[in-house]
Amino acid sequence: MEMLSGGDMLVRSLQDQGVEYVFGYPGGSALHIYDAIFRNKAVKHILVRHEQAATHAADGFARVTGKAGVVLVTSGPGATNAITGIATAYMDSIPMVVISGQVPSEKIGEDAFQETDMVGVSRPIVKHSFLVKDAAEIPEIVKKAFYIAETGRPGPVVIDVPKDVTSPAETFPYEYPKKVKIRSYFPAEKGHSGQIKKAVQLLLEARRPVIYSGGGVVLGDASKQLRELARKLNYPVTNTLMGLGAFPGTDKQFLGMLGMHGTFEANTAMHHADVILAIGARFDDRVTNTPEKFCPGAKIIHIDIDPASISKTIQADIPIVGSVQSVLSEMLELLAQSKESPDEQALADWWQQIEDWRGRHGLYTKNRFEETGQIKPQEVIQALHEVTGGDAIITSDVGQHQMFTAQYYHFNRPRQWVNSGGLGTMGFGLPAAMGAQFAERDQQVVCVTGEGSIQMCIQELSTCTQYHLPVKIICLNNQALGMVRQWQDLHYDGRYSESLYEESLPDFEKLMEAYGHVGIKVTERSELKSKLEECFAMKDRVVFMDIYVDQSEHVYPMQVAPNGAMRDMWLSKTERT
Amino acid sequence: MSEKQSKRIISLLMENAPGALSRVVGLFSQRGYNIETLNVAPTDDASLSRLTLTTIGSEHNIEQITKNLNKLIDVVKLVDLTEGSHIERELMLVKVKATGALREEVKRCVDIFRGQIVDVTSTVYTIQIVGASDKLDAFVQAVSDAQILEVVRSGVSGIARGEKVLSL
Repeated sequence: MEMLSGGDMLVRSLQDQGVEYVFGYPGGSALHIYDAIFRNKAVKHILVRHEQAATHAADGFARVTGKAGVVLVTSGPGATNAITGIATAYMDSIPMVVISGQVPSEKIGEDAFQETDMVGVSRPIVKHSFLVKDAAEIPEIVKKAFYIAETGRPGPVVIDVPKDVTSPAETFPYEYPKKVKIRSYFPAEKGHSGQIKKAVQLLLEARRPVIYSGGGVVLGDASKQLRELARKLNYPVTNTLMGLGAFPGTDKQFLGMLGMHGTFEANTAMHHADVILAIGARFDDRVTNTPEKFCPGAKIIHIDIDPASISKTIQADIPIVGSVQSVLSEMLELLAQSKESPDEQALADWWQQIEDWRGRHGLYTKNRFEETGQIKPQEVIQALHEVTGGDAIITSDVGQHQMFTAQYYHFNRPRQWVNSGGLGTMGFGLPAAMGAQFAERDQQVVCVTGEGSIQMCIQELSTCTQYHLPVKIICLNNQALGMVRQWQDLHYDGRYSESLYEESLPDFEKLMEAYGHVGIKVTERSELKSKLEECFAMKDRVVFMDIYVDQSEHVYPMQVAPNGAMRDMWLSKTERT
Repeated sequence: MSEKQSKRIISLLMENAPGALSRVVGLFSQRGYNIETLNVAPTDDASLSRLTLTTIGSEHNIEQITKNLNKLIDVVKLVDLTEGSHIERELMLVKVKATGALREEVKRCVDIFRGQIVDVTSTVYTIQIVGASDKLDAFVQAVSDAQILEVVRSGVSGIARGEKVLSL
């Protein structure tokens, strides 16, 4: 049997696991591992400029490929810098394996240089974690880490590796396990067939149904089954922020996103529904508004792979624990065999009602945004959709630009939309775009951001230079923290506490030049499209579009909170449902 | 969702490994649940520890607690003992000042509660009582005339009645 040191075993295990890229940053406790990386020819290491970016890049890679993203950082500050990215992945159930160096075993607990209790610090934001005690365990721990990260409800797993365990001084027989079994871990697969039968029956009896699907459909690769089911029944579909793309955004059956900044028709249809089929969605507070007022007349079918997500905030009438793909497939079979079909008249009335709502206050009804002569952020996203043919992989940061993108880009396929939905991490967009570009080298990758968010991980422009990653950055520059400003307008009488940048913004054009990229400033409405075209014509360059948009614009619709129901929304600064 | 609060005894088998206990305890603080008592020790299978805790919550809280505990990779098996008939035991050691007339009075009380005096000095009794938590509470109440110097309780441990077992 091959004899390898702990460090070499770790990197070889990654190779044998099929890992192509590791996003990381070296440091003292990880140096043996980095030496092993240097010797290994199969696993490519991507050097970021900050460990937070390593986790976001690995996260972006994972969201686009469905495979676990891999991160390698050193102990202490390397590990703590990775925390925000781990929490981001945890909240959105993204598979990730984070390897952190640790001080030598005999020094643990002594407050050694660059020591942090990584297992302890990361505990509430990981699916599981390992502290390697013995180098011989490394292959099995790596195998288990990937198995846990990628199966069931996915999530990040930390492997904390003390430096002595990776020492080149000692070697061990190496074999990468083919299979792994964990006696306490059995992720749900098939749903309970009795429950599925009941669910199908209830669906067929529905008169005002809505399919509410979330990130689980993307993560569980069940977009195809979702589309089939929706087509077969001709039921309306709404997606959560995390679920966008699972159902085509340009489809007539699509109501748009639901929730706090969901469309009028999606939120109103949810409120009046009699049956809601929730698929891989978790009834997040940004979706339900006030739980006590949530969809008063609806019976709820809830499919989720995680039993703890079911009846957590909203009681399910028919809970189904299982993988969404398996459960939906079974539902489709039952529907194919069934002699019953939904009440045609009721469904036609329901669609007519929905079309009426859409016609009255949909995203493209008149006066959607007021004319001020300035560029509107919504227009930028519409233009972006046009120029990219709706086909680009879009990452975003967090704030107004994220919501506008979710509303107006109309994602047509799963894994096309990459954003931090659960944690809402500013600084996510650019490194996530890098990860996405590594995943899909031939795809156009675009990061939609704001001048606030981009400055939280702007150092990664340098990583883009190093690895020739031609991502396009669309910055909706409103010279303010737009979403904060919006809330200050709505709830604090326009007292803009610490949300304005005054004259402090950098000259982004010059900054881009300094990094070897291209910056284009757009201030005139008439130039918007031509400049965007110019940007996307530069296939092999990073281009930063600094687009000055109307600062006073708000994201609408916006649910009324606190104490509002799904249907209670502001439709503009002056109009309320 | 029912808001009625009740006391539950949750007993689980977990990996006898470092970090396992902190994951269980951490889950409670992280999710805003509370732990009333906690008791943990290895079992006849050296790879497993048995942890028993009591918590107070609504039906909905308890459901979420057990679901989230079950999600922890280190938790191998779990039972809510209060769902069926079960035996609940807690051990308490109480040190009381016992002088003069009270010496006899305390002794009688110990007998009534079927406790034992496990250590004696001329002024102090150390008493051991075993039973369900409310019996222990009742004893503390009963000897309240005497000066209680120290109370130490093991936390609840429990086991299901009959054939039902919590094992692999």
